[in-house]
Amino acid sequence: MSGADKATVTKAELVEVIFRDLGLNKREAKELVEQFFDEMARALVAGEPVKLSGFGNFELADKSRRPGRNPKTGEEIPITARRVVSFKAGQKLKQRVEGHAGSGE
Amino acid sequence: MTRSELVNALATRQTHLPAVDVDLAVRTLFEVMSEALGEGRRIEIRGFGCFSLRYRPPRLARNPKSGEVVAVAGKCVPHFKPGKALRETVRGSAAEQTAKTKRYADR
Repeated sequence: MSGADKATVTKAELVEVIFRDLGLNKREAKELVEQFFDEMARALVAGEPVKLSGFGNFELADKSRRPGRNPKTGEEIPITARRVVSFKAGQKLKQRVEGHAGSGE
Repeated sequence: MTRSELVNALATRQTHLPAVDVDLAVRTLFEVMSEALGEGRRIEIRGFGCFSLRYRPPRLARNPKSGEVVAVAGKCVPHFKPGKALRETVRGSAAEQTAKTKRYADR
């Protein structure tokens, strides 16, 4: 555990776990953790959903163009068509998290 | 992409690491992340995104079969917010892949 902020897990903490549990050196562990997120991001950018049983699915949704406005000025500006990523937690992850009442956002 | 495809993709980049170790690393990473969320912690990965918990207050629901009213306790659910880099690269990626998109939309 990095210790700096116990409430938040960062890449540094994940690197630490890989270093400690898998016996890779720090540089290798860092590279692996970076590639881990990079490969998932690549698949999503290539239009491919990422399905991780036990954890959840990263899905893609295509949104069409819609009217929007600047909430400060009231000025109308169209929101362009775009693709967005959404995460659907799997059953197992939901169950692990469920009992945790409170905190979060 | 499935978990095993992720392991394969990483194994081709991690030539010095045997595939079994890559598999173990991937397993470990998802376990550590699940455990952290289970403890009510957030996960922040710069560029990729943040996982956090959202609270769902208690509510009265109905059993759709019997019509019976049941009290559902408040609970937390996992939430993911894509990071700036991921959001921006995915945003415009649809245009170049209309054919692919259609295939996913049909599923």
